Amino acid sequence: MKIHECQAKEILASYGIMVPKGGVATTPAEAKEIAPSLGERVVIKAQVYAGGRGKAGGIRTASSPDEAERQASQIIGKRLVTHQTSLEGVPVDKVLVEEAATIKRELYLGIIIDSARGIPVIMASEAGGMDIEEVAAKTPEKIIKAYVDPMTGFHPFLVRRLAYGLNLEPEQIMPAPQLIGNLYRVFQEKDCSLVEINPLVVTSDGRLLALDAKLNIDDNALFRHPGYAELRDPGQEDALELEASQYNIFYIKLVGDVGCMVNGAGLAMATMDIIKLMGAEPANFLDVGGGASEEKVTRAFTIMLSDPKVKAALVNIFGGILRCDIVARGMIEAAKQMDIRVPVVVRMRGTNVEEGMRLLTESGLPMILAKDLTDAAEKVMAAKKN
Amino acid sequence: MSILVDENTRLLVQGITGSEGSFHTRRCIEYGTNVVAGVTPGKGGSSFDGVPVFNSVEQAVKETGANASVIFVPPPFAADAILEAADAGLSPVVCITDGIPTLDMVTVLGYLKGKTTRLIGPNCPGVISPGKCKVGIMPGDVHMPGEVGVVSRSGTLTYETVAQLTEQGIGQSTCIGIGGDPLIGTTFTDLLRLFEEDANTKMVVLVGEIGGVAEQDAAELIKEMTKPVVAFVCGATAPPGRRMGHAGAIITESSGAAREKIAALSAAGATIAPSPAEIGATAKRVLESMA
Repeated sequence: MKIHECQAKEILASYGIMVPKGGVATTPAEAKEIAPSLGERVVIKAQVYAGGRGKAGGIRTASSPDEAERQASQIIGKRLVTHQTSLEGVPVDKVLVEEAATIKRELYLGIIIDSARGIPVIMASEAGGMDIEEVAAKTPEKIIKAYVDPMTGFHPFLVRRLAYGLNLEPEQIMPAPQLIGNLYRVFQEKDCSLVEINPLVVTSDGRLLALDAKLNIDDNALFRHPGYAELRDPGQEDALELEASQYNIFYIKLVGDVGCMVNGAGLAMATMDIIKLMGAEPANFLDVGGGASEEKVTRAFTIMLSDPKVKAALVNIFGGILRCDIVARGMIEAAKQMDIRVPVVVRMRGTNVEEGMRLLTESGLPMILAKDLTDAAEKVMAAKKN
Repeated sequence: MSILVDENTRLLVQGITGSEGSFHTRRCIEYGTNVVAGVTPGKGGSSFDGVPVFNSVEQAVKETGANASVIFVPPPFAADAILEAADAGLSPVVCITDGIPTLDMVTVLGYLKGKTTRLIGPNCPGVISPGKCKVGIMPGDVHMPGEVGVVSRSGTLTYETVAQLTEQGIGQSTCIGIGGDPLIGTTFTDLLRLFEEDANTKMVVLVGEIGGVAEQDAAELIKEMTKPVVAFVCGATAPPGRRMGHAGAIITESSGAAREKIAALSAAGATIAPSPAEIGATAKRVLESMA
C-alpha cells in the first residue's frame, strides 16, 4: 500500500525526524493562506501516488502568497502524468506547501528487505535527489549498505559507518546515526516494505532535513495496523482496481484489449504472456484467487468486462481448490446482471470440469469453449478479429 | 526415490480443524499420505477423521512420531506455527498460508539459520512425490509417478505444467511449489541441488516468474549440473512497479524482468519453453534427445 508524501512526513516527524515546515492545501486559496507562515519562498508539491513529479511539473516554487496561489491552481484539480503513471495520469486533489530549504547537499537514505539475504538493508548514498535505481545500475559503488541482523536488531555502529561514508561534516556525524535509527524504527514498527528519504538534505545551517519521503506498507501486514485504512486515498487508484480490491480480487488494468480472468497469479501471468505471443496485448491482470466463491467469480468477471477497451476475453481456470462448476455458475450469474458484448473464450480443467462445461453449454450464453491453452489463445484471437 | 517427502513421511497438520486445513487434510489422506497428527491449540484430545488432534506440536511429535508438518494457519499466527514446527525438529515444514507479513518472515528465516528444518513456502501449493505422498493443496490426479522433478514459484501454473508433462507421458519424481512471497524458506537453488543428487530424477523443469533474482541464482547452479533443465519464466508482459498477485512478483526498475531471467537461464544451458502452452512438449523434446 502506498501513502502520500505528506502522510509519510507526518509519520517521520512523529519519530523525531526533521521535515520542512508546511501544510496541505486542497484549493489554491488555501495554498495562499498557508504560504506566508513558511517564509518568503515556498515549494508546492502535488500529492500523488507516483514518483517523477518534478520533471512532470508537479513541483513548483513561489516567491509570494499570490504566486503560491497561482502555481497551486496550475496543479490542483489537474491530472499529473509522470514516467511512473499511465498515460491518463493520476488526479491531483491536494498539494503540500512547504518552506523552501536552503540546500547544501542532497543525500539518499532508504530501507528495504534484501530478499536474497532475507534481512533489512539500510542504504545511503551521496548521490541524493536522483533516481536511486539508476544510481544502483550505473554506479553501484556510490551506494553504501548496512544489513540489520534481526536477531541482534539495530545497533548504532552499523550506521556510523554509513554516516562517515556520506562524508558528513562533524556537526552532522552525531545526529545522523540517530536519524537513521529512527528511520529503522519507522520501517519496523510501521511494517514498511520501503522507506525512503530522497533527498535527505544538509541545509546551509547544517541541519539534516527530510525534503521528500516515501513510505510503502507491506500489504500482508495491514491486518495489524487498522489505522492505515484511513490513510488510503481511493482517488489515486483506478476505480475498477479499487472495486476488485474490495472483493480481494487481484486486478491490474493494462493497455491491451484482450481481457483475461484466471485463478492463480502465475497462471494469470502465463495467460497474459500467451495473449502477447499470439500478437495481441492483455487488457488486464486478474487473479480471482484460490478458494473463490461464486459471488467472487461474478464480481471478477464483471470487472474484467467493465473495461471499455476489452474486445474479447479469455477465461483460464485450472480447478484445484476452486471448482470449475463454481466458476461457470459465477459467470452465468454475471451474464444475468450485465450485457456481455464481447466474445468470451473459456478454457477450464481440473476439479468438476465436466459439470462446469455442461452448465456453460446449457446456459445458452455465447461462450466459446477451448480444450487447452493454445486452443484458447487461438480462439480468442479469431473471436477478436470478427 | 524422490526428494523431501515419500512413503516414510509421517505428516502432522497444523491448523487441521480450520476450513482449509480440514478440506486439504482429507484430500491428502485420500491420496495416500500418512497423516499421523493434527495440531489446533485448544482442541487437543479430539480427533479429526480418526487423526488425533493435539494442543502443541511438541506433544504431537512425542505421541505419534510425526516427522514433517504442513501449515494451514491464518497469516497472523503462521510465523509462530513455523517456529513451533522448527523448534520440534520437524522437516520439511510446508507452509501453505498466503499473506504472512514480510517482517515476520525475517524473524522466521533468522531463527531457521543453523537449524536442520527445511521450510517450503510460505504462500505455496506444497510438495508432492506422485504415487507416494502429497503434502499440500495441489490436485493429486494430474500427477504421474516418474523421473522428472518440477520446481515452481507458482500454484496453478505448476498444475498446468505437471498436467502438460503427464499428457506427454512424462511422470514426475517430486513437484514443489516454492512460494510466491519475497522471503521463502527454500529456493530454486536448494532444490536443484537435491534433484541433482536424487538417483531417480533424470531432468528438472523449472517454472519461474518476474521479481527478485531467484532464477539468476538458479542459472549459476544449472551451469554445474549434469542433469538437463527445462525452464519457463512467466510475466514477460507484466508492467514494472506493480505487484502481480504474488507479493514477490514485482519488477523494480533495475531488475526482476522476465527477459533478464530467461537470458540467464538460457546462457546457463537450460532449454527455454517458448510459451506456457509448450512446457510439456519442450520437456519431451529434451528427454528424447537424451535417449
